[in-house]
Amino acid sequence: MKPSQEQQVWMYRHMLISRFFEEAIEKIYMEGKTPAFNMANGPIPGEMHLSNGQEPCAVGVCAHLTAEDVVTSTHRPHHVAIAKGVDLKAMAAEIFGKKTGLSGGRGGHMHIFDANVNFSCSGIIGQSVGPAVGAALSRVMQKKSGVAVAYLGEGAANQGAFHEALNMAGVWNLPVVFVIEDNSWGISVSKRASTAIERNSDRAVSYGMPGEFIEGNDPVAIFDVVGEAIARARKGQGPTLIEIETSRLAGHFMGDGETYRPAGEKEALQKIDPIPVMKQRLMAEGILTDAADAAFIAEAHAKVDEAIQFARDSEYAAPEEAMEKVFV
Amino acid sequence: MTQVKEKERKLTIARAMAEAIAQEMRTDDKVFVMGEDIGELGGVFGNTRGLHEEFGSERVRDTPISETAFIGAAVGAASDGMKPVVELMFVDFFGVCFDAIYNMMAKNTYFSGGNVTVPMVLMTSTGGGYSDGGQHSQCVHATFAHLPGMKVVAPSNAYDAKGMMIAAIRDPNPVVFMFHKALQGMGWLGTEKEAIVHVPEAAYEVELGKAVVTRPGTDVTIVGITSGVHFGLKAARILEEQGVSAEVVDLRSLAPLDRDTVIESVKKTGRLIVVDEDYHSYGMTAEIIASVVEAGVPLKAAPQRVAYPDIPIPFARPMEQWALPSPEKIIAAFNKMKED
Repeated sequence: MKPSQEQQVWMYRHMLISRFFEEAIEKIYMEGKTPAFNMANGPIPGEMHLSNGQEPCAVGVCAHLTAEDVVTSTHRPHHVAIAKGVDLKAMAAEIFGKKTGLSGGRGGHMHIFDANVNFSCSGIIGQSVGPAVGAALSRVMQKKSGVAVAYLGEGAANQGAFHEALNMAGVWNLPVVFVIEDNSWGISVSKRASTAIERNSDRAVSYGMPGEFIEGNDPVAIFDVVGEAIARARKGQGPTLIEIETSRLAGHFMGDGETYRPAGEKEALQKIDPIPVMKQRLMAEGILTDAADAAFIAEAHAKVDEAIQFARDSEYAAPEEAMEKVFV
Repeated sequence: MTQVKEKERKLTIARAMAEAIAQEMRTDDKVFVMGEDIGELGGVFGNTRGLHEEFGSERVRDTPISETAFIGAAVGAASDGMKPVVELMFVDFFGVCFDAIYNMMAKNTYFSGGNVTVPMVLMTSTGGGYSDGGQHSQCVHATFAHLPGMKVVAPSNAYDAKGMMIAAIRDPNPVVFMFHKALQGMGWLGTEKEAIVHVPEAAYEVELGKAVVTRPGTDVTIVGITSGVHFGLKAARILEEQGVSAEVVDLRSLAPLDRDTVIESVKKTGRLIVVDEDYHSYGMTAEIIASVVEAGVPLKAAPQRVAYPDIPIPFARPMEQWALPSPEKIIAAFNKMKED
């Protein structure tokens, strides 16, 4: 399934928004954290997991989805949230912990929920899969359209939840697609050191579903394979397991010294940064011009700037509002 | 009298739960049941009996032995408009699936600022007394009630079981519905006959988070939940023979906790004994006593607790029976108060 020119441009534009958003967050995150790095300081406290490099996994999948489809994501959720159409201003405000944030500051960067576009995520490794299976079951039982996509990292495939949820999705033949973002590192432990087989997608055979591995961190290749999987799900032909080779251009979290990386790895990854690669491809194919690229870059910056400004300008909720919304 | 007797319809808790679920399933097609052996078998503890026959495999769904997957799936389905009733067969099994319960089911509403709701019921069996060993006999009331974001309820009789199950299914929040095996009315688990009571046929709700005075009295307040209520009632009858008037309060809910009903009772009696089949330390008994003390209720004697010792539940019958709360232990606690 090849993306149209329009779809390719959509993917590129959302990769730009995602990357610029992360770059803005990265910069603001360090405010108040120098010279001494203390995670509790600055306008964005707490852990921060940036998605730089993993944008193809977001756009290549979400290009096939609409707001009614359900996506569950991980502790590293920004790129997927952006591609799924989560309100950028409300997400930025949530990351700042402001009253105007998606949950009024109760969730934070690892707990992004936007019911309008059926997006959620969890900070617990491997726990994205169960809710996606349940959402898919819900659609079948309600005879409603829409599929579910669960994102997880390659490390999460070693959690029991992965085995349980994929087996159940297989047994019940549910409209769900499992997307593993294989950035080859579970914090500091490599995939090779943690996983008995080379490709988690090979595990699909255990669950009676197709398994696909996509090399190259390539949005167009991802679009192709995922498109088939989502089409199968929409037709009631069951779940698919997809593993995407991607790259984490940042640390696991901000403040990660990344001493575990082999010498030269990061430089090598930066040379194949998917955004310039995508740009060159679109240019070469005549889909993108310099003028259009400049316009898209300006557009992406404007969106990010607007969201960040909104977050900065917003007030914190009164501390005692912490007591609200435990129950409805 | 004859007419009243004809109308009386005594049900076990198991039957009452199944009836409540069936009635809600008839009126709300979003309600469905999921769990291990809850389909044709009707639940290991009988509380889904008849549902599969009436509603079929789609809505009464046997799962793989995958608690993480099906409780996680219930969270996803509940947030997508369904109202799942899922069963964790023994509460002791929470160890394999607690992330789905306390990190997602209980927190997603808060994390979404109330924009995402998780209207699901997690029903689970508790309790021992029949030598099932230390991984099939626990109550762990406090473990659940300690964690915010989920209601935790536990009926002591069939009337409350039906009304609280209906209230739980209709609640927009996640509810953990604990049922004690010895109160379930399955003969093979040592049935407590007093849990089998009249249950009206029509659907009704018993409000969650409300305790009830099961037996009024003036000299001492005995607070319990599930089996603890029955130990308390038996103790109250023995005390009555000794000229002591004991009031028994059935908490019914651990979260939200109805402190007011307890405090009002102790204001009247001035004496407090708390009974719980869950472990002694850091448990419900401590929470109740602290709540009464914090409220400044004048006490005639130091409050007492009768709870499970801080040991894994032993298998041998003499050991387990020795460790369980009992009417005799409650009376001993009362006698200790007299000495104060």
